[in-house]
Amino acid sequence: MTAPTTLASVDPAGGAATAIETAELPIQGSRGYWGSVLRRLSRDPVAMAAALVILCIVLAAIFAPLIAPMDPFKGAMARRLRHVGDATYWLGSDELGRDMLSRLLYAGRLSLFMGVLPVVIAFFIGSGLGIVAGYAGGWVNTLIMRIIDVFFAFPSVLLAIALSGALGAGILNSIVSLTVVFVPQITRVAESVTVQIRNRDYVEAARVSGAHPFAVVRVQVLGNVLGPVFVYATSLISVSMILASGLSFLGLGVKPPEPEWGLMLNTLRTAIYVNPWVAALPGVMIFMTSISFNLVSDGLRSAMEVRQ
Amino acid sequence: MNAPLRKAEAAPGLDEALVEVRNLTVDFLGGRKPVRAVGGVDFDLRAGDALALLGESGSGKSVTLRALMRLLPEARTRIGGQLRVDGHDVLGLGRRALAAYRGGTVAMIFQDPGLALDPVYRIGDQIAEAVVRHEGVSHAKGRARALELFERVHIPSPARRLDAFPHEMSGGMRQRAMIALALACRPKLLLADEPTTALDATVQIQILLLLRELQRDLGLAVIFVTHDVGVAVQVADRVAVMYGGHLVEVGSSGEVIGAPAHPYTRGLLASRITPESPKGIRLATIPGSPPDLSDPPPGCPFEPRCALAIPGCRDGLPTRVPVAPGHAARCIRIGEAA
Amino acid sequence: MSGTAEPTRGAAPPAGGTDPRDRGGPAQPLLAVDGLVKHFASKGGLFGKGPVVRAVDGVDFAIAKGETLGVVGESGCGKSTTARLLMQINRPDRGDIVFDGELLGSRALDLKSYRRQVQMVFQDSYASLNPRLTVEESVAFGPRAHGLSGSAALARAHDLLRRVGLEPRRFGGRYPHEISGGQRQRVNIARALALEPRLLILDEAVSALDKSVEAQVLNLLADLKREFGLTYMFISHDLNVVRFMSDRVMVMYLGRIAEIGPADAILAAPRHPYTAALLASQPSTDPDARLDEAPLTGDPPNPINPPPGCRFHTRCRFAAEVCRTREPALDPVAPAHFAACHMAVPGSGHPDAPQLPMAA
Repeated sequence: MTAPTTLASVDPAGGAATAIETAELPIQGSRGYWGSVLRRLSRDPVAMAAALVILCIVLAAIFAPLIAPMDPFKGAMARRLRHVGDATYWLGSDELGRDMLSRLLYAGRLSLFMGVLPVVIAFFIGSGLGIVAGYAGGWVNTLIMRIIDVFFAFPSVLLAIALSGALGAGILNSIVSLTVVFVPQITRVAESVTVQIRNRDYVEAARVSGAHPFAVVRVQVLGNVLGPVFVYATSLISVSMILASGLSFLGLGVKPPEPEWGLMLNTLRTAIYVNPWVAALPGVMIFMTSISFNLVSDGLRSAMEVRQ
Repeated sequence: MNAPLRKAEAAPGLDEALVEVRNLTVDFLGGRKPVRAVGGVDFDLRAGDALALLGESGSGKSVTLRALMRLLPEARTRIGGQLRVDGHDVLGLGRRALAAYRGGTVAMIFQDPGLALDPVYRIGDQIAEAVVRHEGVSHAKGRARALELFERVHIPSPARRLDAFPHEMSGGMRQRAMIALALACRPKLLLADEPTTALDATVQIQILLLLRELQRDLGLAVIFVTHDVGVAVQVADRVAVMYGGHLVEVGSSGEVIGAPAHPYTRGLLASRITPESPKGIRLATIPGSPPDLSDPPPGCPFEPRCALAIPGCRDGLPTRVPVAPGHAARCIRIGEAA
Repeated sequence: MSGTAEPTRGAAPPAGGTDPRDRGGPAQPLLAVDGLVKHFASKGGLFGKGPVVRAVDGVDFAIAKGETLGVVGESGCGKSTTARLLMQINRPDRGDIVFDGELLGSRALDLKSYRRQVQMVFQDSYASLNPRLTVEESVAFGPRAHGLSGSAALARAHDLLRRVGLEPRRFGGRYPHEISGGQRQRVNIARALALEPRLLILDEAVSALDKSVEAQVLNLLADLKREFGLTYMFISHDLNVVRFMSDRVMVMYLGRIAEIGPADAILAAPRHPYTAALLASQPSTDPDARLDEAPLTGDPPNPINPPPGCRFHTRCRFAAEVCRTREPALDPVAPAHFAACHMAVPGSGHPDAPQLPMAA
């Protein structure tokens, strides 16, 4: 810094006596924005219950080898399609005589992975594109957003199937195609939030301070944009899980005998007349997990609404 | 408690007050601690009179006004005391009676016309609909009344403007249209919540003059909430100064502005810049900031900031002390040599 | 940073009111604006652009070093747009901005070094603070962006907070929604001062505050001006406040200057009927001086299609034929006092204009 600090050279006690504000504020450390969001979220019983469900499913998936009663891959044709409540197979057995409970626990690993990972990748790519488009404006915005619009011409289910079909079946290709489905949606939300924030007085004040655009974006824009985009992204996790299950169901995602909820739903569908409860179990898991993510996302959204 | 004031205010004979507010309290619940936004307000208003409620943000002036119309969210507020308007016990009104009371007896105008005017309906139809609903007449009669009202509030080329949408009008015109809508059902009392604050001074004075004209010609009683002393004087004959949820001083505008008795009123007026303020002087200010209404001071709300405070100021809310006929203030030090 | 100001600095220490960054001496205006124009394309229909909003339509003025120039006018007169053009939030379509003798955009004065010397305080104290940043972070942002280390920037933020009357230990860590409107506006002032500007643009900076708080902030502004040798451009709709704060006053109407001159002269004896109407519209606190007739009728017109001739003639009670056809120039009417009104100029053709001297 080359400029002499004229401010510091003035005697702080000198000059006219500007009354120091002594408002009767409690001298407690303020919690910060995310602290207050978490506090409000913790008061939301629905969101907390949903978060607990997700936590249980995640823990069950992580510790599947420890808690699964049987080997999820080992079947016995003699003990196929046992009913729920069976003495050995608590949740029944599938069409190859494998323990449903163990398979459901193991399947959570792949299903959660394929539900969360595409959204996480798309969150970073989409937020980046959206913030650049929103903050830069002009032709940059037009270029990015018109390309994004092309993807909106296709329904997301069709897009995911078409991409997976073109790339070939497999976990990695499913994740790539799901990411491509979500990037445009997140980009659009990030762009519209950025455009709003960009015109706030505090961003203009930061711009006229002569700061580099990167500094303005990092300090003034990012925190205010990523919050709402994050909420939106969490609501996409359920969509991602259902789409991933759908791809597996169609044979475009996970391959047998790997346990995955969507794939299990597919292979068990022939048994739906014989043993409907067992056949429905993977669907129940998909439903519970995705609705829990949605409920947490809703709770987060309302917890983040700060009024003055 | 407020005997001296009532005697001074109540007109002789049968001239009953149109508005009687007795010990009005409003608490906002739902936060960690209840907030006492209005802490016991009393006043009367006769038909055809105009009263300005003057105060700064957080003084409780707007809340008082909204309580008169029962516009506060019922689940999160507790209203105490008595409110009588034109013979109605406002706090006891049932749903049907309340709907008739709003608009028929009392109407309200706001700072933001968007609160009153629906953006997707033509203004003429909005007024006509209000008339039809309240008076049970035909839509054509309602439109005729809307035209009459537009002329009444001096909207130029009124017949054409009836078919305008709110966003097609300028700020001042929208404010006039909102006044016309408020007058649709011939209310006796008009509540005005800073309706001119967002306007240019050149437009503000037009709206203030219009309100004065309506008050005079229609015999309308007006309660006008404002933070601007000049606006209060322009529109009202009597001024009630609010601070920290209490009415601290009431009197004719000449008395209150010319000879303020309460230390807060004095401080407020002293901090104002007038055309006579010499340049370069330090402006008088009131030290500190308004009280925290979730933990109000025990006695006089102004005591923590008051230069004249004595220990006795903390012993409960001061009673109203008459200063002159029709002029009273809640300060225990009035009457001492000040 | 840019190195442009270095040669003139060096020797003189900042003492006795002379700023080391001063170049042209006291006689040279700190800021001179010449032919400033900004037109916005209003939202059009489905096809093409709508009509042009002439927000600022040819404005020249200067601000002397150390003075306060008050700017008044109704909404749509262009006073806020002028401020935003000076801040380069919007780029002017035409016109030059000369800061202490250097043309903005020339090699001698690039945008970055200009912005360090010109800062602004916005009207909305809440919207102009980032809700996710603490007060001290907001104030420290500018100095950090200009290369100060984190701790040095924070130290300066604390110093400034103390200077605007906020105890840093108590307020520094708070978020904007945790403090009052007056306190927030003090933070905004501290933030604007953090880059040691020479010119501070105050765009309705006290208008949203309660009167008793407004007085505190005005006192603070007066102290800071003296302490840091600042120059102010003070935009407000409250003529009493403008008169109190300003040395000179500029009255704007529909993107043009209607009148400019010494504050006392303009507000005691306005020469433009618009200034007179603005003055008369201020509500008086004297119950015996209530107005019975509005000084102006109707709303301020839209700057999309300013009327031909004098822009004010549609609302002016003195309008004559000449006002409808010929636009008055901003002519001198008294020393340092200019008005754009045919009535103020001898021989303009207006019936109420002063007679030309017989010698002519």
